Amino acid sequence: MKGNFLDNLGRVYGLYTGGFVVFIILMAILEQMGVSAATIGILFVAFTIAIYALIGWLSRTMEVDAYYVAGREVPAVYNGMATAADWMSGASFVALAGGIYFGGYGYLGFIVGWTGGYVLVNSLMAPYLRKFGCYTVPDFIGTRYGGNLARFCAVVVLVVASFTYVTAQINATGTIAARALQIPFEYGVWFGLFGILICSMLGGMRAVTWTQVAQYIVLIIAYLVPVIWMSNTQGFGIIPHFGYGEAAARIAELEGILGVGTAPTEKFAGMKALTVLHNAPGEGMSAWLMVSLAVAMMTGTASLPHILMRYFTTPSVRQARKSVAFSLLFIFLLYFTAPALATLTKLQLLDPDLATSVIGRSIEEVKNLAWIQNWTSVGMLNVSDSNADGILQINEFFMRSGIVVLATPEIAGLPYVISGLVAAGGMAAAMSTADGLLLAIANALSHDLYYKIIDPKADTKTRLIVARVLLIVIGAAGAFVASLKLTGILGAVAWAFCFANSGLFFPLVLGIWWKRANAAGAIAGMVCGFAAGTLYLIYVQNGGDKILGLDGLRFGIIGMPVSLIAMVVVSLMTPEPDAETQAMVDEVRYPGGKAILDSTH
Amino acid sequence: MSDTSKSKEGHWSKTRNLTFFVLFIWFIFSMVIPWNAKALNSMSFLGFELGYYMCVQGSLAVFVLLIFFQNWRQDAIDDEFGVGE
Repeated sequence: MKGNFLDNLGRVYGLYTGGFVVFIILMAILEQMGVSAATIGILFVAFTIAIYALIGWLSRTMEVDAYYVAGREVPAVYNGMATAADWMSGASFVALAGGIYFGGYGYLGFIVGWTGGYVLVNSLMAPYLRKFGCYTVPDFIGTRYGGNLARFCAVVVLVVASFTYVTAQINATGTIAARALQIPFEYGVWFGLFGILICSMLGGMRAVTWTQVAQYIVLIIAYLVPVIWMSNTQGFGIIPHFGYGEAAARIAELEGILGVGTAPTEKFAGMKALTVLHNAPGEGMSAWLMVSLAVAMMTGTASLPHILMRYFTTPSVRQARKSVAFSLLFIFLLYFTAPALATLTKLQLLDPDLATSVIGRSIEEVKNLAWIQNWTSVGMLNVSDSNADGILQINEFFMRSGIVVLATPEIAGLPYVISGLVAAGGMAAAMSTADGLLLAIANALSHDLYYKIIDPKADTKTRLIVARVLLIVIGAAGAFVASLKLTGILGAVAWAFCFANSGLFFPLVLGIWWKRANAAGAIAGMVCGFAAGTLYLIYVQNGGDKILGLDGLRFGIIGMPVSLIAMVVVSLMTPEPDAETQAMVDEVRYPGGKAILDSTH
Repeated sequence: MSDTSKSKEGHWSKTRNLTFFVLFIWFIFSMVIPWNAKALNSMSFLGFELGYYMCVQGSLAVFVLLIFFQNWRQDAIDDEFGVGE
């Protein structure tokens, strides 16, 4: 099936997309025939997971090259889709629009950062790492600098960063599975993990690649369809992306009238009232916080191993570069939709001229709306008449940020089939990212720690069995942590980015761009950067005074300069790398010829 | 110095210049423009305030185009030195 499959990718995924659209139409028909919303939700989640499982099973392999790097035969456009799914987590899918809704200008740092990072990936990292021919990111560090200590440090940073991230993803799959299948969250987490492992365990990177392509198609349809549909039914234009400037201006006008910025007098756990202006960039400190967040996210993007390793799977250096371009194009489709969604949803809730508005209406009337009741009953929304005047004020309307995406179909009065579609999209987004992260961790431990450091004589079969056992163990650990519901930790996806850039950004960049960088310098860079970032995070989390306003979301801004200085100073104080290593760096910069590491390394 | 190492040096210096140019554009759109969003908001673009527009769409689109541009130029450099694959 292998050769056939690669030759027919367009046809296979075209059929798949067509099949998915037919499935959506079928669900819409079932809804009209009176099938319950709950059943449709279950069918959506179950059907898509069954498809991913099928792809995972068809892609099973016992070859090292296929398991670690999908046999290096993934064409650029498909790798772009797989990377986009790998990249866009449950948080991007569910929380991004909500973040913009609540966070205003400050939050836009995430939007700029999570796209601009790909310029760094393309300029500084991906083509060179592909030329290198490594299986994992620590594989590059270990070979470029030499020695097990450097490799080990890279493994530690990778595991900490990716594990922080993966618990949040397993949590998201658990939340969605729990709601769609109507089971308790604790079971939902394990069910989600089961779905995730089905995709990755049998076929490693090869299986994850082809399921991620399928998951991207589901998640982008699930994101765009409700927004465009809502825009059409509510009269915001056929394609909302280019015409919502007026909506933003109208929001600015209403913010003054409704008194956005008045602090609420009550508190509800996990929920927020809108207090930040939609479009109010500041100067000085406010601009610094926005840009420092963008920088932390950009450098983090370029250091996160589960993203970098996707570019090891292309047939050539040129295809690796091309696939970075397609990755960002596919990511852009979602990221430039999220602000439109946030703006239009906000306008629908605020503008008294629109039928959907809730602010300024009587509390009783709002409490009787079906969508308000639905989301109140699951603890994601609350309406409370704090000043007892019978009218809903802006600071009396509380909700979780995920609502902006999840409830849009209901606010706009779309059929339930669209909500089912959104659940399937959120599940796809969380599962694909979780798969990439779990594989990054398990591969680093099995290839770099077990094979390269502990038992270099292990045969292929043992290596691949160890890789799979680790995958299950790490997945179970992630699900266990997620089931503890430590929301303080799960909320901080941004931490993963800062762990990664504190420890890995400069050792990776300078490994390619600075021949003089040596093992001692790289180790100092990883250890000092990672330690400085982590200590600063602990200090800030325990109420320490922030330096330059940098909080837990931006601790990489502390870790990175420490890493750079330590790496440069220590490199210069110790002997330069030997001629062989310097020749290797020259060779990495040159796209043609053979990879540095051969496929049996 | 042999021919290959000379051509390698030429290839790398062109690659490096292209990279620095790309990173300069990236710096403008990822840092300078978001930093000055307030000042830019006094101008309008497609019915949006410009500073806001750049943060939600403009800079993002520039990043996409920038990577396609860089790859187009890098491919030309690789072909010029005969190292394209």
